[in-house]
Amino acid sequence: MESSDFQAVIGLEVHAQLLTRSKIFCGCSTEFGAPANHHTCPVCLGLPGVLPVLNRQVVELAVRTGLALGCQVRPRSVWSRKNYFYPDLPKGYQITQFDLPLCEHGRLEFDVGGQMRLVRIRRIHMEEDAGKTVHDAAEGESWVDLNRAGVPLIEIVSEPDLASSEEAAEYLKALRDVLVCLGVNDGNLEEGSFRCDANVSVRHREATELGTRVELKNLNSFRFVRQAVDFEVARQVDVILGGGRVVQETRLYDSVKNETRPMRSKEEAHDYRYFPEPDLPPLTLDDAFVEQARKALPELPRARHARFVSQYGLPAADAKFLVADRALADYYEAAAAKAPDARKLASWMQGEFARLLKEQGGTVSNLKVAPAQLAALLSAVDRGEVSGSAAKEVLGEMFRTGEEPAALIARKGLAQVSDAGALEAAVDEVLAKNTGEAEKYRAGKKQILGFFVGQVMKALKGKGNPALINELVRKKLGG
Amino acid sequence: MSLVDCSMLELAGRLERKEASSVEATRACLSRIDAVDGRVRAFLKVDAAGALAAAEASDRRRAAGKPAGPLDGVPVGLKDLFITEGLETTAGSKILEGFVPPYDGTPVRLLKEAGLPILGKLNLDEFAMGSSTESSGFHPTHNPWDLARSPGGSSGGSAAAVAAREAFGALGTDTGGSIRQPAAFTNLVGVKPTYGRVSRYGVIAFASSLDQVGPLTRTVADAAALLQVLAVHDAKDSTSAVQPASDYRAGLEGGVAGMTLGLPREYFADGMDSEVEAAVRAAARAYEKLGAKVVEVSLPHTRYALATYYLIAPAEASANLARYDGVRYGLRAEGVKGLGDLYVRTRTQGFGAEVKRRILLGTYALSAGYYDAYYLKAQKVRTLIRRDFEAAFKEVDVMVSPTSPVPAFRLGEKTGDPLSMYLMDVFTLPCNLAGLPGLSLPCGFTRAGLPIGLQLLGRPFDEARLFQVARAFEREHDFSSRKPGL
Repeated sequence: MESSDFQAVIGLEVHAQLLTRSKIFCGCSTEFGAPANHHTCPVCLGLPGVLPVLNRQVVELAVRTGLALGCQVRPRSVWSRKNYFYPDLPKGYQITQFDLPLCEHGRLEFDVGGQMRLVRIRRIHMEEDAGKTVHDAAEGESWVDLNRAGVPLIEIVSEPDLASSEEAAEYLKALRDVLVCLGVNDGNLEEGSFRCDANVSVRHREATELGTRVELKNLNSFRFVRQAVDFEVARQVDVILGGGRVVQETRLYDSVKNETRPMRSKEEAHDYRYFPEPDLPPLTLDDAFVEQARKALPELPRARHARFVSQYGLPAADAKFLVADRALADYYEAAAAKAPDARKLASWMQGEFARLLKEQGGTVSNLKVAPAQLAALLSAVDRGEVSGSAAKEVLGEMFRTGEEPAALIARKGLAQVSDAGALEAAVDEVLAKNTGEAEKYRAGKKQILGFFVGQVMKALKGKGNPALINELVRKKLGG
Repeated sequence: MSLVDCSMLELAGRLERKEASSVEATRACLSRIDAVDGRVRAFLKVDAAGALAAAEASDRRRAAGKPAGPLDGVPVGLKDLFITEGLETTAGSKILEGFVPPYDGTPVRLLKEAGLPILGKLNLDEFAMGSSTESSGFHPTHNPWDLARSPGGSSGGSAAAVAAREAFGALGTDTGGSIRQPAAFTNLVGVKPTYGRVSRYGVIAFASSLDQVGPLTRTVADAAALLQVLAVHDAKDSTSAVQPASDYRAGLEGGVAGMTLGLPREYFADGMDSEVEAAVRAAARAYEKLGAKVVEVSLPHTRYALATYYLIAPAEASANLARYDGVRYGLRAEGVKGLGDLYVRTRTQGFGAEVKRRILLGTYALSAGYYDAYYLKAQKVRTLIRRDFEAAFKEVDVMVSPTSPVPAFRLGEKTGDPLSMYLMDVFTLPCNLAGLPGLSLPCGFTRAGLPIGLQLLGRPFDEARLFQVARAFEREHDFSSRKPGL
């Protein structure tokens, strides 16, 4: 037996914060970054006597997610209490869903190295987040911030269908793209609004049974997921090849040392003593609610990517760039409806447009340039009314002022000179001044064509139509 | 008649007719508390200033001809399980000693909006776990009818205060009989409404699927009027009933002619006090004379109710009491070494023996490997118990039984034997498991002069009929007018 005889078996549990304004069981804000314990009330502080009231929007977003991932949505799901003691868990239990979750039996398709992969989704359930404990080692004190306590989460549990760290990372990216596209999550790993635990085991290629699984925690970037899984798979293979047995446990990933180390063993695992939450009736959803959510589903990134390639003839990379941001893709489609060339539009949006967008904060939601204006600018380029380079300047000005491109071109005197007479005069002048160069050209040094074009362009202050100049120079120099 | 001997509605009538003021009534209660509470020990905290301020405001409303409701100005007490903004709330536990809540629970808010001055907070078994008020973390309460005896529990402070004329009425909570049994022990009317009828928001939880708020009063009409204030839907409690309450006093004098009353065979068990049984059977005969048909019915799963209750209630309690951890409020043990030590020492010091016993019972029942055999099985039996009632209520309109198998017992008599204490609730807790409304009313006295309670059980949300049936008996008997010789 050697290490190549083994394959990894990986399942992921993702906790995604839902983009609601208020918490799951009270009216407190979910805003990130407020002073400690600012967004709290008797309910999320777990004072005596308080009761939870379900935020309806949480259900809407969770159902939307379930439908997008092809899940069956349970008409009746049940809330449970998960009991454990920790200072950032104010009630001493977390309200979650256990044996009857909201969604089950879904799937997610994504690409790994150009190959389509399908991972089954075991379940999606709703729950409340805990608060945050901050340890001050120097003072030997711990502080609790309950702003996050009661923030709504969904937990998305995959089947152990992933066979490599790369697949795990690609699955996560695809899942994040779907959640962001659905508007249910902001996809922010750094702020912890999209978190991941991995269940990892290895098995011999000929084995039919799964190996003992280890749960990995603290994987807060795509890179860490990859590194942690790689480390853990290698560790487990080493254990087995060394004649040992993998122990069922929870391990913490240390990104500084790039290793996993034991956090708690099976024996130390909590007995969470789940039981149905008596303060909340089972959640019942009628067909109309689910159907309405289904109808409101947006086109998902993968389907949209395929459509962009076929409908607009885009290269896969361009389609991927646009589809990654739902608002950007919407913007593209609105502009494409009026633009002369959808492919040129796509490359514009990846180039100067993307650069300007980034300068302005990266989102098209409050952009001054309407899609139709961008299309109008490209039409002007297409018609030769403005040069490509001048158009970049125009676009920059449009980002600042929101002015119509035609007005801007006129105001800034950037209209391209396409008038044959004016161009011919400029060409003649340049040729007259550079007779030596002209002789060289005629003698066969055709590569200096660009020199003449550049000189003409310079004489026309960059406003000459380059295609026409090209043609004229060639004609005057005898081909 | 002394002002404190008035019923709530009699006092309300006097206030309405300007024959008395709320301030006078409140002062009368405060004087009475001064005079007798040293012996009764019903109150944990008297809020004289708060009650008088509310009474003055009430008098101003009445003077302006704009009372906030029929009970505006009638002073009442609260079991210390009700969260009161700015007023210490302990649940009868050392672990919450000194806890001053920043909010009012819904029942308290409704009382305040209806203009009822709140005299203070009344003693109870710690976290409502008990049937004698002896498990209070502070002191036991004494039965005004015999100070050597328990007023029952867990709402023993509420019952004793109303019976001793320290308050005109009080609110209690009832998880397995905690309103009805103390009412029976102290010659009061006590009501456990249908589950969901009164909001539990701001009521410290014992067992969430069983807890209900209700009134303890000296008359049936008072109970109807006080429950009317509380019986409204509350969006802050997801288990609160949406349907509006009926008018509890409209049909109060309608009598029982034509009704069918059921005597559940299983509620006349061995070991029942013979005087209690005689009084209850006499009450059944009285109902027959008043025109009701009385039949025997069977609730075959009754014998499993106690075991079922003592799995479900402690299981829920074990989670509900997890929040008392010393981190945010209440007691925090001093000189602790680390988090585990903080939890262990705080909870060891803060909770009494009965609370610890139930947390252990509940934790055990929910543990991996035991859940199916205990908690899940108990929930299934609970369904069977509910079905027993559904079947029986196809035959009868109201069920009649003793409230407690025995009259008030001596303080200390059962504290050494938890199981005998648990048996005190054997007739009252099936009603909580089934979520039904129950009412206890005075139906006689033992030769030793101890009150005996009659329990009426009704269909869900049929509280109006319970009041009507209770009133029919009350009108023909003078038990309610007797008062303890303190």
